[in-house]
Amino acid sequence: MKQIYMDHGATTPVDPLVVDAMLPYFTEKFGNASSLHSFGQEATSALEQSRQQVAASIGAKPEEIIFTSGGTESNNLAVKGVAYRNSDKGKHIITSTIEHPAILNTCAYLEKEGFEVTYVAVDSDGIIDMDELKKATRDDTILISVMHANNEIGTIQPISDISKLAKEKSIYLHTDAVQSLGKISVNVDELGVDLLSLSSHKIHGPKGVGALYVRKGTLLQALAHGGSHEHRMRAGTENISGIAGFAKAVALADERLVDDAKHMTQLRDSLIGKVMDSIDDVELSGHPTNRLPNNVNLRFSFIEGESMLLFLDMKGIAISTGSACSSKSLEPSHVLTAIGLRPEDSHGSLRITLGKDNTHEEVDYVVDALVEVVGRLRAMSPIAGKMSLK
Amino acid sequence: MYSEKVMDHFSNPRNVGEIENADGVGEVGNPTCGDMMNIYIKVEDNILTDVKFKTFGCGAAIATSSMITEMAVGKTLEEALDITRNDVAEELGGLPQVKMHCSNLAADGLRAAIEDYRNKQNIKK
Ligand SMILES: Cc1ncc(COP(=O)(O)O)c(C=O)c1O
Ligand SMILES: [Zn+2]
Repeated sequence: MKQIYMDHGATTPVDPLVVDAMLPYFTEKFGNASSLHSFGQEATSALEQSRQQVAASIGAKPEEIIFTSGGTESNNLAVKGVAYRNSDKGKHIITSTIEHPAILNTCAYLEKEGFEVTYVAVDSDGIIDMDELKKATRDDTILISVMHANNEIGTIQPISDISKLAKEKSIYLHTDAVQSLGKISVNVDELGVDLLSLSSHKIHGPKGVGALYVRKGTLLQALAHGGSHEHRMRAGTENISGIAGFAKAVALADERLVDDAKHMTQLRDSLIGKVMDSIDDVELSGHPTNRLPNNVNLRFSFIEGESMLLFLDMKGIAISTGSACSSKSLEPSHVLTAIGLRPEDSHGSLRITLGKDNTHEEVDYVVDALVEVVGRLRAMSPIAGKMSLK
Repeated sequence: MYSEKVMDHFSNPRNVGEIENADGVGEVGNPTCGDMMNIYIKVEDNILTDVKFKTFGCGAAIATSSMITEMAVGKTLEEALDITRNDVAEELGGLPQVKMHCSNLAADGLRAAIEDYRNKQNIKK
C-alpha cells in the first residue's frame, strides 16, 4: 500500500546524508571529547565544528550554543535555568497559553516552587495579545517565554515586537524555535532573543539531540551537574554522533530553506484550497497567512478526529489530530481551546504537517481520501445535517 | 492500539443508520465530550428485532456502538438491559483503558432506547 507521511510536526525521517555524517562517530571516531589523546581530539573537533555550524545558522557565536538532548531539555534549561539563577531579582515569569507542554509543565512546576507565572492569551488566529503581554510585565518579571511558531496550528508569533518590550523592561526573552527551524528564518538577532530552543528530529536529524542558544551575558543556572562540559551548563559526555547529525541536518536545512519553504507553502495552500472546495463545513485553524509553510490544521464539523485518523491510516496516510479521544488525556487540545474553539470543534480537528519530500500527487491522494472518509463518517453521525456546530 | 476485532467493527460497522418509525430511540453523550450516540430499536413480543445506531465519536465509540447492536438483536428487553460496558469491551477483545469511558456510551444508549420504548408503551396504555 502507498504510504504517505504528513506528520512532520511530530518527527521527520533522518536524511541519508545526515546518517552518513553520523556513522564515523560510532565505530572509528568514538572518542570522548574530554580525553586529551587523539581519539578525544577527533571528538572535540567534531563537537566544535558542529557548534560553529549550528551557531552560524542562527546568527549566534559558537560559545552561545549548549547542546542538549532536544527541545524538551532546552526548554527546561531555559526556563528553570533563568528562574533559579535570577530569583533574587524576581520570581515572575510570563508565557503564553499555547506553548508546548515542555514549557507549560515546566512553568507549572516552577509555580509549585514559589514562582508566579502569567499565561497571556492569544487571539482567534493564535497570535499573542501584545497589550495583555505589556500589562503582564512587572518589576519582578525575570523571563518572557513565547514560542516562535506553534506546533499545532503553525501560527508565527511577533517575537521581534515582544523583544522590544522585553528590552525596554530588561526582561530576558526566550523562544521555542523547535517548529520554526528549517521552515522559516531563525536568527537570534533579528528575533532579539536571549535564549532559543532547537531540536534536531524535526529537521531530518536524529532524535534525542538539540540545542539551547544562550546570549552572552545571560545569567543561567545549570540543571545537570557533573563534569565541565558545555561551558558547565550541561554536564555529561557529549552525544557526538547525534550532535554531528544535528549539525549536518542544520546545514542541509539552511541550504534548502528557500526552496523547501516555497515547495511546502505551495503544497499547503493547494491542500487547504482543495479541501475547502470539495468538502463542506470545514474551517482552517490558525492564522491564514502568518503560519508555518508546512502546517495545515482543519476542523471538520459533525465528526471526530480520531476516527478520521484511523480511516486515513488504513489508507496509508499518517496525520495527527487535535482531538481529545486520540491522545492519552481526554481534554481537548489546549491550543485549540485557547484560540476559542468549542470542544466539539476541537474534536473534529486534524493536523497535517508537510515535509520537503511530499508531492502534489500525495496532496491530491490525501484530498480524495479525506473526501471519502469525511463523507463516510458524516453518514454515520447523529448530528450531521441536524445542527450546525459552527 | 486497538484489537483486531475493534478495528473490524470500526471499519465495517454493523447496523449503521436510523430505523424509520423506531419503537424506541436513545440519545446519549454530547459533542462536547467528544462522543455522542443515537440508538434506534424495533421491539416485537418483548424481543429486540432490529437495532441501529448513529455515532459521532472516536474509534472505540463507533466500534462499541456497532458491537452492541449485534449483541442486542434477538435478546429480550430484560437481557438487553443487563448488557454492561464491560460486556461490550470483552466481546470486542478488550479496549485501551483510556477508552473505557467511550464504551459506556453504547450500554447507556441501548438502555435509553429501551426506556424510551417503555415510556411510549405506558403512554399508549
Ligand atoms: C514546539 C515544540 N517544543 C518542544 C518540543 C519538544 O522537542 P523534543 O521532542 O526534541 O524534546 C516539540 C516537539 O514535540 C515542539 O513541537
Ligand atoms: Zn471516545
